[in-house]
Amino acid sequence: MCTYQTVRVALEGSGKGQGGWFPVSVASVYFDHSVHTPADHTLNVDFLNPAQGPAARVAVELSARGARQLAEAILAALPAADPPAEPGA
Amino acid sequence: MYDAVMAETVTMTGDGGAAIEAYLARPLDRGPRGAVVVIHHMPGYDESTKEIVRRFAVLGYNACMPNLYHREAPGASPDDAAAAARAAGGVPDDRLVGDVAGAAALLRGLASSNGRVGVIGYCSGGRQSFLAACRLKLDAAVDCYGAFVVNSTPPESPFARPAVVGLAPQLSCPLLGLFGAEDQHPSPAETDELGRILTELGKVHELHTYEGAGHAFFTVDRPAYRPEAAVDGWRRIVDFFGRHLAA
Repeated sequence: MCTYQTVRVALEGSGKGQGGWFPVSVASVYFDHSVHTPADHTLNVDFLNPAQGPAARVAVELSARGARQLAEAILAALPAADPPAEPGA
Repeated sequence: MYDAVMAETVTMTGDGGAAIEAYLARPLDRGPRGAVVVIHHMPGYDESTKEIVRRFAVLGYNACMPNLYHREAPGASPDDAAAAARAAGGVPDDRLVGDVAGAAALLRGLASSNGRVGVIGYCSGGRQSFLAACRLKLDAAVDCYGAFVVNSTPPESPFARPAVVGLAPQLSCPLLGLFGAEDQHPSPAETDELGRILTELGKVHELHTYEGAGHAFFTVDRPAYRPEAAVDGWRRIVDFFGRHLAA
């Protein structure tokens, strides 16, 4: 399938891509074709900085199970209350 | 028999007069011969789709594949370009039609052209092939598992695309559709509905659904590849274009 479903998240942070570190401004999240993983579909996340061009990208392709575990791990790792100020704030 | 072909990256005129990258493959004899516009799948203007373009040249057609993501990502690797295009909301329908029109004009302008041009698209390109065949005067169209021809994308999708089956009365040429029984986008129910609508309109069409195959069964470099469906699908494509693109 080609889901066409894409969730876009504006965020602040950094990623390390093929040209080194760059500021990340948006993440695209979608369950669709994989490029590298030997599976028909994967949960894909592109961390992007469109202002720096298409190569400013950190990409991951995850199994559905792995993606859920990662999401839970991220939530578990974050402070439960009173999140600290965003970077740069 | 002289069977040399040439394949190269060219610059073509796309929608709105934009100069965009395209991949052109053609037999080197004098022709005359028909031509095929190849619409790449959502993962982009990649090596496996370029192989398809070269295969059409070996089969005796001039073939051209516009890089639909060139504007968002000139010179980028195919996966980065696909990601950039996705983040930007995808290829607008009107722009797609203009790019296919530009590729068709390039092909008709070749000295070896017989004037006949077909279109084939895979995945998102399947829907785009149907769309182009309804909006442009073409001679044959192939839809390989294109989703959202009959049903629209969900309204909450930031990648929203309307169904295009409403344009079917303007379908300008015969249509070949190749689908997988295990695909949900498009589902067999949707492709059955497409066939019913085309029959009702008296449009020449052939739709085939392969058991044991899902989406993207032509893609040789992905786990979705299904050799039996792909081999038979190619046989049907050769037969279909042979009947409709000959001089």
